[in-house]
Amino acid sequence: MALVQISYFAWVRERMGIGGETVALPAAITSVGAVIAWLAARDAAGAAAFAEPAQIRAAVDGNMVGHDAGFTSTSDIALFPPVTGG
Amino acid sequence: MKHVHITAQAIDVSSEISFHDSGGHGASASFVGRVRGDGGLTELFLEHHPTMTTAALDALAAGALARWPLAAVTVVHRVGAMTPGQVIVLVLTSSDHRAAALAATAYLIDRLKTDVPLWKRESYADGRVSWVAPRESDTARAAAWD
Repeated sequence: MALVQISYFAWVRERMGIGGETVALPAAITSVGAVIAWLAARDAAGAAAFAEPAQIRAAVDGNMVGHDAGFTSTSDIALFPPVTGG
Repeated sequence: MKHVHITAQAIDVSSEISFHDSGGHGASASFVGRVRGDGGLTELFLEHHPTMTTAALDALAAGALARWPLAAVTVVHRVGAMTPGQVIVLVLTSSDHRAAALAATAYLIDRLKTDVPLWKRESYADGRVSWVAPRESDTARAAAWD
């Protein structure tokens, strides 16, 4: 079971109700996309934040990645909506 | 010169221009993005990532320096709460001739909108609060530089 740090931004943060958390993930969860699906199934906040996985962008250890990307037990995963700066 | 930062304070455009221009460049171009008060907007809030935002702005500026013969690049982005009329973002580029400076300025603001972790939240006089959705046209403009 991996203990992974996950942080949330913008409306993902608001819907989760927290800026981040340390999560004990089942061993079968090995990709960012699987983390998103796992969070969506975990509770109501996760279901609200991750109802549309295609809307979610991700970074692992500061690098933007696709949902198929993997991570390690010491990884820092960030989950957020498409960016809108400028 | 590459000068990139985010700030929670008001952006002082004239002092940024003075700092950028200290090299005495032949051609300089600028882009200033300000908060619009459309539809009764009272506050624009910019959320950022504690480490990725600055790193992405720096990588963006490095990309422009690699692509055009630029003597100087300045990118300053404000974060936090701001009101209509205030400056959100400032891009300054300089080169020996105008073509590189003008193109690099357009590149930087187009790519900033799709490549840098920043999120806009709008608050209106009637109490509405909403996160801004990305625009198809912004995505297309950014992709045109590939």
